[in-house]
Amino acid sequence: MNPIAHSPHAHAPISVGRVMALVMLALTPATLSGFWLYGWPAVNLWAVSLLAALLGEALVLRLQQREIKPVLMDGSGILTAWLLVLSLPPWAPWWIAVLGSLFAVIISKQLYGGLGQNPFNPAMAARVMLLISFPVEMTTWTAPQAFARAPGWLESLSITFSGAQVDAIASASLLGHVKTEFTRGIEWQQAMSGYHAPALWGGGAGSMGETAALFLLVGGLFLIYKRVITWHAPAAMLAGVVVPAMIFSAINPAHFAGPLYHLLSGGLMLGAFFIITDPVTSPNTGTGQFIFGLGCGLLTWIIRTWGGYPEGVAFAVMLMNAATPIIDHYVKPRIYGRNRRGVSLEPVKKES
Amino acid sequence: MKLFKLRGGVHPQGWKELASEREIRILPLPERLFVPLQQHVGAPAQPLVRVGEHVLKGQLIAASQGFISAAVHSPTSGRISAIGDYAAAHPSGLTAPTVTIASDGDDRWLDTDVPADPFLLTPEDIAARVGKAGIVGLGGATFPSAVKLNLSRKNNVHTLIINGGECEPYITCDDRLMREHASNIIEGVRLIRHAVGAVNVMVGIEENKPAALFAMQTAAAGTEVKVIAVPAMYPMGWDKQMIRALTGREVPADGRSADIGVLVHNVATAFAVRDAVRFGRPLVSRLVTVSGGAVAEPGNLMVPVGTLVETLFGYCGGFSSKPARLVLGGPMMGMELSTINVPVVKGTSGVLALTKGEIGREQASPCIRCSSCIRACPVGLLPLQMAAHIRAGDSAGAVSQGLKDCIACGCCSFVCPSHIPLVHYFNFAKGELMEQERGKLKQEATKKLADERIARIQRIEQERQAAAAKRKAAREARELAAKAGTV
Repeated sequence: MNPIAHSPHAHAPISVGRVMALVMLALTPATLSGFWLYGWPAVNLWAVSLLAALLGEALVLRLQQREIKPVLMDGSGILTAWLLVLSLPPWAPWWIAVLGSLFAVIISKQLYGGLGQNPFNPAMAARVMLLISFPVEMTTWTAPQAFARAPGWLESLSITFSGAQVDAIASASLLGHVKTEFTRGIEWQQAMSGYHAPALWGGGAGSMGETAALFLLVGGLFLIYKRVITWHAPAAMLAGVVVPAMIFSAINPAHFAGPLYHLLSGGLMLGAFFIITDPVTSPNTGTGQFIFGLGCGLLTWIIRTWGGYPEGVAFAVMLMNAATPIIDHYVKPRIYGRNRRGVSLEPVKKES
Repeated sequence: MKLFKLRGGVHPQGWKELASEREIRILPLPERLFVPLQQHVGAPAQPLVRVGEHVLKGQLIAASQGFISAAVHSPTSGRISAIGDYAAAHPSGLTAPTVTIASDGDDRWLDTDVPADPFLLTPEDIAARVGKAGIVGLGGATFPSAVKLNLSRKNNVHTLIINGGECEPYITCDDRLMREHASNIIEGVRLIRHAVGAVNVMVGIEENKPAALFAMQTAAAGTEVKVIAVPAMYPMGWDKQMIRALTGREVPADGRSADIGVLVHNVATAFAVRDAVRFGRPLVSRLVTVSGGAVAEPGNLMVPVGTLVETLFGYCGGFSSKPARLVLGGPMMGMELSTINVPVVKGTSGVLALTKGEIGREQASPCIRCSSCIRACPVGLLPLQMAAHIRAGDSAGAVSQGLKDCIACGCCSFVCPSHIPLVHYFNFAKGELMEQERGKLKQEATKKLADERIARIQRIEQERQAAAAKRKAAREARELAAKAGTV
């Protein structure tokens, strides 16, 4: 006889695979824009990264003697690699992507027990590992060039796979440039002379998917509309960066960058809509997610403003990941018929 | 009217259209009826009839036992053919004490006590008549209605809420009842109001039943009963949810709705109360929805209690395809039936034959902490954390997260993208806790007995020693006296 099925005998048309697929769909505009801006090397890097994640995950599952197909089919490994590659310099050598993807799925995820068990966002953990271990490769940026002016496919293979250096393309990211200039005591106006202000569609040098703020925003709003994510964490993270930037740049515009510069630079949009909304490593409740997002935003702004690195999203996210259990411990919904402390409400005095 | 904000809830596909436009049909009288003695919360009723005895429709066949219990009446006239165990509505196919009645085909009512004007009866009398009629909550809780009426009167309840939520998918029996018998329901509502002395009377109906709303509003016009549309969402029919929507108040976790001056009854209960008080007719039949993708002709049937589920499906044209699952009640909280040879009881609102596609459940995968379950929970619990505790064998941890407040509504399991059977975990843990508590009681009782035994042995020993000392003293005294005598 079949085992007895427990109620409910109905289910919403949703699955983990569908959730992951929706997130990937939401990432597609920003990714295509990255391909357009940085050409074939970016496509290669993306493909290599996803392939490495799949193979790495399959290997670990084999070692664990677990079934491989259902885990690979849930799409979480691919999504992790996808998010990672969007945060890499688009012309980075192949082994950066492979090492990062393997670190993300094997060390940051599977070693903790697989999907749902990892305390830190795997993509961000991998990016931080790469940034600390390979600072040169991780900060060699490429100026965007529309697909037409980009290297051809064959040339791109040599860029990705044999480390060919193409002249006259290296460029500092805007965040890096401003950081350097501020450190040298140069003021905002002067630092920005000759530099484009950051553009919504990704004008500056930077990571593959980070610069296209507009497309990331569109993808993020799509996820909110589809109820895959809620507004709490993204809104709070953006506020956590914009509010202090507004206050400080209003007080001292020469030495603090303004809110728009922060909003459209680096990994903020990617982080706010796609990284800190990772359910596994963020708090459970809307309020908790708001606190979490606010922390991510403030830490990002603090690291960008006073830290050693020009960009702080990955560090901020990992620090707040570590705070997730304590947020979940203190922020809980109120139970029906009980007060916030879990004590039963008092009976109402009789009226008649 | 202003409605109050609700927490959580889900919007499952309704599937109401399968049966909602089908008029109520009266099921032809089955040859045999299997009437279980326990169709309610509380103690089983005690049989009053013998095998072979002839009974009339509405005759008391088993009496209510103790404070929380309900009487059981014969659903038709006929002969008692058996009293004993018969398959009960339970997923495992457990048996339960059941009275089997072979119908004589006459369906002849017992002479009943009909009051001239039911509104002239005293509140106590109405409650007594409801109790005598064996009425229980027909929304599914099957709590004896008379007990609720008496408690509410003693607590000076000021607000009477009639629950026409019917939020379970597929189920349309309350909808049909409201459309076709609105004035009778309103009369029942007014009788309940009279019995408890409530000031405010509200009927809450989900806005996805416009025809029922219209019929009830028309029937209630000019009376003190207010018919109010509430949002269509599951679990709107959870009584505490209905209270929150209509009054903005919450029932204390450790209390009852009477503690905040509210009494909730279902529309079908109000209908049964009217029958019982106006005509003296006990609860011996009810409206049942037969539906699901595998049923040939879904519908709403007026069915005598004790009819086999098999008969219902048969009357509705049988199965159009092989059902993947048979469910007693709604799909969200109903239970799987392993056999269709079980009787309809007072609390049966529907029987469903579902296809595989309608169930939609897949193999469970790991929790991704997406917190869909937390957003869906109408109680405000953390299902994912409770399940994690239970998986680790830590029921106490789950209790600290609010396990005991869980109403098993199924919202969390329904929305889980990982298809984790969360409610199954919770019910398992609740069962385990009950077992532990029983074990603890038993242990305490054993310890008490053991302590008493030790005390008894000590007392006997002390008494023995005292007696020995006394004897010794007496002997010494005698010896002393003898010695003294010899000197």
